[in-house]
Amino acid sequence: MASATVARPRGEMRFVRSRAALLLGLLLCVGALLLAMLASIAFGAADISAATVWQAIFAFDQSSTSHLIIRTLRIPRAVVAAIVGAALGVAGAMMQGLTRNPLADTGILGIETGAALSVVCAVQFLGISSISLYAIFAFIGAALTAAAVYGLGSLGRGGPTPLKVTVAGAAITAFLSSITTGLLIFNQRTLEEVRFWMAGSVAGRDLKLLVQASPYLIVGFVLALALGRQITTLSLGDDVAKGLGQRTGWVKILAAIATVLLAGCAVAVAGPIGFVGLVIPHMVRFFVGVDYRWVLPYCALVGACFLIMSDVVARLVIRPSEVPVGIMTALIGGPFFIYLVRWRVKR
Amino acid sequence: MQQPWITLRLGQTSIRIDRRVPFIFVVCILATLSAMVINIGVGEYPIPAIDVVKTVLHIPTGEEDYNFIVNTLRLPRMLVAALVGLALGISGAIMQGLTRNPLADPSIIGISSGASLVAVSILVLFKGISSNYLPFAAFGGALLVAFAIYMLAWRGGDSPIRLILVGVGLGAITSAATSMMITFGNINDVQRALIWLTGSVYARSWGEFWPLFMWVLVFAPLACFLARDLNALNLGEDVARGLGSNVTYKRGLLLIVAVALAAATVAAAGTIGFVGLMAPHIARRLVGPDHSGMLPVAAMVGALVVVCADLVGRTLFAPIELPCGLITAAIGAPFFVYLLWRQRKS
Repeated sequence: MASATVARPRGEMRFVRSRAALLLGLLLCVGALLLAMLASIAFGAADISAATVWQAIFAFDQSSTSHLIIRTLRIPRAVVAAIVGAALGVAGAMMQGLTRNPLADTGILGIETGAALSVVCAVQFLGISSISLYAIFAFIGAALTAAAVYGLGSLGRGGPTPLKVTVAGAAITAFLSSITTGLLIFNQRTLEEVRFWMAGSVAGRDLKLLVQASPYLIVGFVLALALGRQITTLSLGDDVAKGLGQRTGWVKILAAIATVLLAGCAVAVAGPIGFVGLVIPHMVRFFVGVDYRWVLPYCALVGACFLIMSDVVARLVIRPSEVPVGIMTALIGGPFFIYLVRWRVKR
Repeated sequence: MQQPWITLRLGQTSIRIDRRVPFIFVVCILATLSAMVINIGVGEYPIPAIDVVKTVLHIPTGEEDYNFIVNTLRLPRMLVAALVGLALGISGAIMQGLTRNPLADPSIIGISSGASLVAVSILVLFKGISSNYLPFAAFGGALLVAFAIYMLAWRGGDSPIRLILVGVGLGAITSAATSMMITFGNINDVQRALIWLTGSVYARSWGEFWPLFMWVLVFAPLACFLARDLNALNLGEDVARGLGSNVTYKRGLLLIVAVALAAATVAAAGTIGFVGLMAPHIARRLVGPDHSGMLPVAAMVGALVVVCADLVGRTLFAPIELPCGLITAAIGAPFFVYLLWRQRKS
């Protein structure tokens, strides 16, 4: 089986070339992120003007309802969405670079299925029903599954080759999700409790949860961004990377750790949110090429923007009720992604 | 020295297959047949294996009930299970060969997402609709989404990478719409939908068998006939063109075969996961990557996995039946791990 399928579409041209243009683009993304956060804070079940948002942040008035809404609900939600989106974007890009497979995302390491099974078991057998406890179980499940997939993919000659890790991940993912579905089919009460969690959401997440996760997130982000150069080399193929003097074993393990930390925290905080990790790296590569020193920071910013905007739309379409953001990401991003593919992939 | 392959000749044409293929192929067939016989024999009304064989072959056994139980109730169900696995194995092998991607399976071209969306929408939106319409709706949904993906990926020609990426995008949209239904639907409808989504051969009769059989009868031999072209395409588009293959035409033909086989299984048994993804990998570990040997083995591995999954699903928590789509991964994944493990030693 050809394992040489490259993560980037062949025949594409890089859209942005010079270093100055890349830096400018990064600044534009930061600007877009700030605007998106402002929109996320201002729009919702109760619309609040931008001026009030400003006052709530810099001149907080405890007696004002809208200030309270902003401080306790809207800001945490925007921050959670931004960080989860960034983590998913970076983790997805790492996986695609590492496995050299355009279909790879964090699901390949079994992170989402492992987390889901762990949460379903916790609800089913331990009767747990709080989001913050879900988070702990989700993280444990994600980490254990990723370790199992990596270990399984390392069996045989040549250690953890991209092909073996990818296929082992697909097998384990199928295995675990069939167990999850089995548990859910036979227990309607569990299904009722977890079905909203399973669709992924950033609503009502406590900032404390994010604080607990922050050490792991910081280590994950720093490790990922520091590995940018090595991932670029690795994405050209194991042989090339080895020929250039890279200790590929170490790079792979460190990159896998960074991916697990980022994606594990994301799934712990927000539940399994699909699509972002899979598609954001493709969108970014269409514009900035295949140098992961640029791809990774762009993925963080674009992923954050994208998740915030999806979240805003998710609570506006059927207000005062809302759609789980994991569904919205695909409904908004899907058509745009197809358009990009048609436009950018020449052959 | 023994050659690692065998050459089969028939007049002008000849094919070369791996030396391991005949043996493993026959072993898989025997294993599948015995699993089918055991599966027909067990149940609330157990029948000895020898009587099962006799009844199927219409040799009198002296028991009046056997004929009804075996030939009307259990045999069609077994045949549907075997054909579903066979079709999924071939379909998955074609998809992986065409896209040169080990993660590809029939779901890449929207088969399962299209079928699921239509089926779940019907279950959730139209109260109390008869399940009889589901197969037709699912078949239609699968074909529609597959067609849409191909059209969207077409831009003055086709391209595997565009096909994959458009498939990812459209698949994400349709499955998001499906989870929307699951999140907001009535909990009882949602549970029915979940059972359909996992895929099952429960209570399948000759009515489901014959259409599926016709599809497989036409398209499975066609797939084996096209195996050589699949080999060429698997080496990359330029090589295939250099070898004289009409790339766009052959790729389109292979895609139609893969779509038709997978859509027929969805109509007969719902979306059974894992088989299309893993049967080709298992076959590749057994007989190597050459498609003229690998396709038939992948088909038989698929049949074996689905039949065994149904057997386990029926007996594990009897009298409660687990849908076999739930068990396929639970059986197939450890088998795959074993193959990886075995290779470690060599």
